[in-house]
Amino acid sequence: MCGIVGLFLKDASLEPKLGELLSAMMITMSDRGPDSAGIALYGNKQPNLLKLTLQSPTPDQDFDGLDHLVSERTGSEVTMERRDTHGVLFVTSELLLEVRRALGDLRPSIRLMSTGESIEIYKEVGHPAGVVNRFQLEKMTGTHGIGHTRMATESIVNTLGAHPFSTGIDQCLVHNGSLSNHNSLRRRLIREGVHFETENDSEVAAAYLTHRMSSGATLTQALESGLKDLDGFYTFVIGTRDGFGVMRDPIACKPAVMAETDRYVAFGSEYRALVNLPGVDGARIWEPEPATPYFWVH
Amino acid sequence: MQNLDLETLELRDVNQTLQSQSKSVSQSEWAIINARGNHAIAVGLDAPIEVTVKGSTGYYCGGMNKQATINIHGSAGPGVAENMMSGKVVVEGDASQYAGATGRGGLLVIKGNASSRCGISMKGISIVVHGNIGHMSGFMAQSGTLVVCGDAGDALGDSIYEAQLFVRGSVESLGADCVAKEMRLEHLDHLRALLSAAGCNHKAEDFTRYGSARNLYHFDVDNSGVY
Repeated sequence: MCGIVGLFLKDASLEPKLGELLSAMMITMSDRGPDSAGIALYGNKQPNLLKLTLQSPTPDQDFDGLDHLVSERTGSEVTMERRDTHGVLFVTSELLLEVRRALGDLRPSIRLMSTGESIEIYKEVGHPAGVVNRFQLEKMTGTHGIGHTRMATESIVNTLGAHPFSTGIDQCLVHNGSLSNHNSLRRRLIREGVHFETENDSEVAAAYLTHRMSSGATLTQALESGLKDLDGFYTFVIGTRDGFGVMRDPIACKPAVMAETDRYVAFGSEYRALVNLPGVDGARIWEPEPATPYFWVH
Repeated sequence: MQNLDLETLELRDVNQTLQSQSKSVSQSEWAIINARGNHAIAVGLDAPIEVTVKGSTGYYCGGMNKQATINIHGSAGPGVAENMMSGKVVVEGDASQYAGATGRGGLLVIKGNASSRCGISMKGISIVVHGNIGHMSGFMAQSGTLVVCGDAGDALGDSIYEAQLFVRGSVESLGADCVAKEMRLEHLDHLRALLSAAGCNHKAEDFTRYGSARNLYHFDVDNSGVY
């Protein structure tokens, strides 16, 4: 069991409240996943800059002066904003590879959570309310976001095993369910050049979709081919730079409820997660159909 | 009517208050307000009382019900009226997956649509859905009646035993060993009575009956190569 929440805003006037709304939804799903929590937020694009969300088990040491060190190493101004164990490094896209190499050399214990123009990911082990609090997620803004509360079944409870998983630029995936063929699929993807950070089944799903899309498939096509290649139970919610997608496996035993108004599209593993959204009483509420890709884009 | 507010009362206290009516009924009409998708509302009741739940409910509302009439003024989450023994549960909105699962008696009425696995492993309950039902409904249904005024999804009645299924609209596909059957007078009478009890105006003659072909009841040596 895990909990998923998602919010895709149509009405820009809600953007300052994205973190607040999504955090409350995620905390409601705590008893579906009390061991870790994570959130991916999209927005606050800076012209010509990429955001690298970093995580460190020893952030005081690793993040201290990191922006200066990376700036010196690359000869270009790099800035950083820290949030507890995470930090966002702002770099120009042409510096991306150089910065990643520099991070590996300078601070090998740092993990890269996400890269993109729009995405930032914050995830840690612990009760969802604690995770919301330590990153002050309620104050964050954006255009859309996805949250996950984890009850681990397939792999170790640690930061990297928490969701969302980001395996491509501005892409992320959260998963409720379990995949039974993730080891064989991981081996197949490794042979095709894909790199993995964990033993987690959900990371395989994320990497699979990214791999399909990097081979030219659209997200919808990647999700449809996943019906054949991913064996197991899943409700996925997927974030892209401008959009927000949902897919359930053909059996669809992992719960999913959606609400749509003129102002937003919202996802919850349960209706409970949606009850505090503005105007939800007048929303269209429905369950996504099995084996059917859904996608909303700005 | 007495109100029980889930915003101020603990769920366990609300349920215990209602369950204690089984000793002697002090109040025959109750309302539960601020349901807000909470789980296990009004479960395990065993008294001829009427409970109105205002708002949508989470998992297992009305589970194990005996005697009571429970009206849900909203939609119901997974497992509404699961293992109901007797009484009546009415959902004004839609119901999520496995509505009425394993139910042994009583009547479950869903005025909207029901999701997947409606009536899975039912054992005597009557279920009437005004709208459509999702895939794998009536899976391993043992006895009782499932009435669908709209359409049914994939694999209706897979591995069904002796439950009766009546569908007015289309069936996306039938599950293993589920077949359309002749509608005889006794079936029409039974269906009419259920439609009337569930407040449906449809004509019994517009429905098709489905049930077990009984081919899975015994091992068939011709299938030995399949395993």
